[in-house]
Amino acid sequence: MSIVGRTLKGVVAAGAFAALMSGTALAQTTLRVVQHGNLTILDPIWTTAYVTRNHGYLIYDTLFAADGDYVVRPQMVEKHEVSADKLTYTFTLRDGLEWHDGAPVTSEDCVASLKRWAARDAMGLKLWDFVKELKPVDAKTFQLVLKEPYGLVLDSLGKPSSQVPFMMPKRIAETSPMEQIKEYVGSGPFIYQTKDSKPGEKHVYLKNPKYKPRAEPPSGLAGGKVVKVDRVELVEMPDTQTQANALIGAEIDIVEAPPHDLLPILKADKNIALEDWNPLGHQFIIRFNHVVKPFDNPKIRLAALYAINQEDYLKATVGDPAYYKVCGAVFICGTPFATGKGAETLLLKSNFEKSKELLKEAGYDGTPIVLMQSTTLPILTNTAPVTKQLLERGGFKVDMQSMDWQTLVTRRTKKDPADKGGWNILHTYSVSADVLNPISTSYMVAAGDKGWFGWPVDPEMEKLRDAFAKETDPAKQKELAEKVQLRALETAQYGWIGQWYGPGARRSNISGWLKAPVPVFWNIVKTGK
Amino acid sequence: MLQFIARRLLATVPVLLIVAVFVFMLLRLTPGDPAAVIAGDNATADQVAAIRTKLGLDEPIWTQFAIWSGKALSGDFGESFFFKKTVAELIAQRIEPTAMLALCTIILAVSVAVPLGVLAAARQGSWVDRVTMGFSVMGFSVPVFVIGYLLIYVFAIQLGWLPVQGYKRLSEGFWEFLPRMVLPSVTLSVIYIALISRITRASVIETLGEDYIRTARAKGLPGHVVLMRHALRNAAVPIITVIGIGIALLIGGVVVTESVYNIPGVGRLTVDAVLARDFPVIQVVILMFSFVYVLVNLLIDIAYSFFDPRIRY
Repeated sequence: MSIVGRTLKGVVAAGAFAALMSGTALAQTTLRVVQHGNLTILDPIWTTAYVTRNHGYLIYDTLFAADGDYVVRPQMVEKHEVSADKLTYTFTLRDGLEWHDGAPVTSEDCVASLKRWAARDAMGLKLWDFVKELKPVDAKTFQLVLKEPYGLVLDSLGKPSSQVPFMMPKRIAETSPMEQIKEYVGSGPFIYQTKDSKPGEKHVYLKNPKYKPRAEPPSGLAGGKVVKVDRVELVEMPDTQTQANALIGAEIDIVEAPPHDLLPILKADKNIALEDWNPLGHQFIIRFNHVVKPFDNPKIRLAALYAINQEDYLKATVGDPAYYKVCGAVFICGTPFATGKGAETLLLKSNFEKSKELLKEAGYDGTPIVLMQSTTLPILTNTAPVTKQLLERGGFKVDMQSMDWQTLVTRRTKKDPADKGGWNILHTYSVSADVLNPISTSYMVAAGDKGWFGWPVDPEMEKLRDAFAKETDPAKQKELAEKVQLRALETAQYGWIGQWYGPGARRSNISGWLKAPVPVFWNIVKTGK
Repeated sequence: MLQFIARRLLATVPVLLIVAVFVFMLLRLTPGDPAAVIAGDNATADQVAAIRTKLGLDEPIWTQFAIWSGKALSGDFGESFFFKKTVAELIAQRIEPTAMLALCTIILAVSVAVPLGVLAAARQGSWVDRVTMGFSVMGFSVPVFVIGYLLIYVFAIQLGWLPVQGYKRLSEGFWEFLPRMVLPSVTLSVIYIALISRITRASVIETLGEDYIRTARAKGLPGHVVLMRHALRNAAVPIITVIGIGIALLIGGVVVTESVYNIPGVGRLTVDAVLARDFPVIQVVILMFSFVYVLVNLLIDIAYSFFDPRIRY
């Protein structure tokens, strides 16, 4: 070949290589997402923060997962067997599971991960009351041996929301449950990039090229987790108006939870679509402090429940009926344990006369109720003024005290009388996936100090919860769940004051966002820029 | 002069000590528990208590202060409760965006405001003067975030000339850095342009009425020489003072601007730390701001003697 020929060949080859490289560069797709809050803690077992749970789903995998119908399906597990006496569960892991550092996933890793999770999570703690032994059988098999049958083994292992039993390598999972882990190695569909991540700015995740998705189509949090982008960046952007502007300006692709008042602006942009990714939504609650006056008296708590109604809260906080639902079911309308029983006369319609009557019977002395109002979480800000107005119409005197959320979460730990720095009423909300049954619902615990703030004590409720936990027949579980709801209303343990929904917003070139209780980024396709 | 600088630097030690004690106590007395924030909303009281113990927050306040100050004296400012990084590391990561934003703002503000103020003074009562003073009133009155959102709407969303948000470090290239600095600097500089131009105008007008200016004019010196060499130099002291105060005040403005433009600087770190009650971070950031404040004041004093030789220390 002549010099000219060789040169031309070289030029063509170089051009082809350059084209290939530029093609590769162009094919790199980065999904930029703004979450509802800043991700600061990276250990999903250490905190119940939802942003950390979302991070967990990116890098870790689970043994089981809830599908789109909230049915628990195997995920890392290939098969599982339950002994005839329902005391021994044997789990076998799928072939080819690998940690991000290249080591194979073993049963010892899963045993250590489950032990750490169970020391922190409410459902884990309950499960462990029944566990006699958890042991590896071989590299891929492990066994959970119970002291007595427990109906929520798989529901616990496949629980969808915080704190999720994510699997971690043994060396990391052996970190004390009271310490934060320092290494973020999972076996999930994305690999966390510690080096490129700058907390307060962005967190970077790369597609895990060795991840082997299940063969089933994706459904909820279960099925094949097929990643269709090369990189995910969780961009930290605290200002919601800036989030909307950045989405309109195509500088980000997804805003997980824009506030309701910005939805009309986003809806008006033809390049943006609103995505109802979490069809279960969220649930507001009103919580009474059971250990101080006057709500140590169940009749006075009941009077408060008679005075309130869900619609008023939902109108004041969400506004647009398209994004809320009046629902008498504590375990979320549209899910297996939902029932409206008991709510016919409570929560759905105010009955101020009945409230006043009960207050009179209970001998309420007119001491003002200290109602804590959070002013820094927009979705909660208007709940307290509604309570103030409704309770006052029901015969209460109310002292609404405004504070930032951090002050509120500190003050709610105090058991002092309300006029000495304590409190009587607070509001909060949960992702519906956290309140789907009597065990996962932390507000339903009625065991005093072991329970959520407000510390109700009701042995009857605990008996019902235990019975629910031990029951393995779904029909009987449903009956028990109904009894739990009725008991909660009878004792006015707390009030569920409506379900609300918050769609995410995405650029129109983004598709495949799955419906699940958690925003997940597998299956998402990004076309164009 | 050297003696003066050394004396002033030494005087910062008790100032910083008082600030450290004050901030430490104030933070511990303010309602809000970092352990509750870390644990999340679904955590039980037991879990929150365990985290509090782990962080040493259940120790008596003086014990906590003794531990913190002992470590701080050896250069260890502790670790953020949330980020699990040392405070020094966190601040080092966040200092560049804030420093760059402050620098660009001051450069822009001074280079626009001083000529504008001088021009307004020289043409007192003219339309230039009225427009400058009108702008000045507007600059004071409109909040920073309103200006920010307005500029974003016009220049980023409608015209698409500049990015909406974000920050690129200088190390990533000047042409990556610059476009992202334009809108934040303009937003933040509006109030300083208003402030500095107003003071410059007043100071120059006052100087123009002095006898030596009349003498200079009587000698036949051209108007621009009188204005620039004689009037401006002698009007410099109040202008420098206001620029210095402006730099110190920038800290407050930076917090809002960093939020609106999503700049991961010290201002945003401070807001995040305060909201989360991240005590170790808040303490060091406030100490750092105090040090900057003291340092800026020192530089102003040194600058006085440069512009006005009658001032000696």
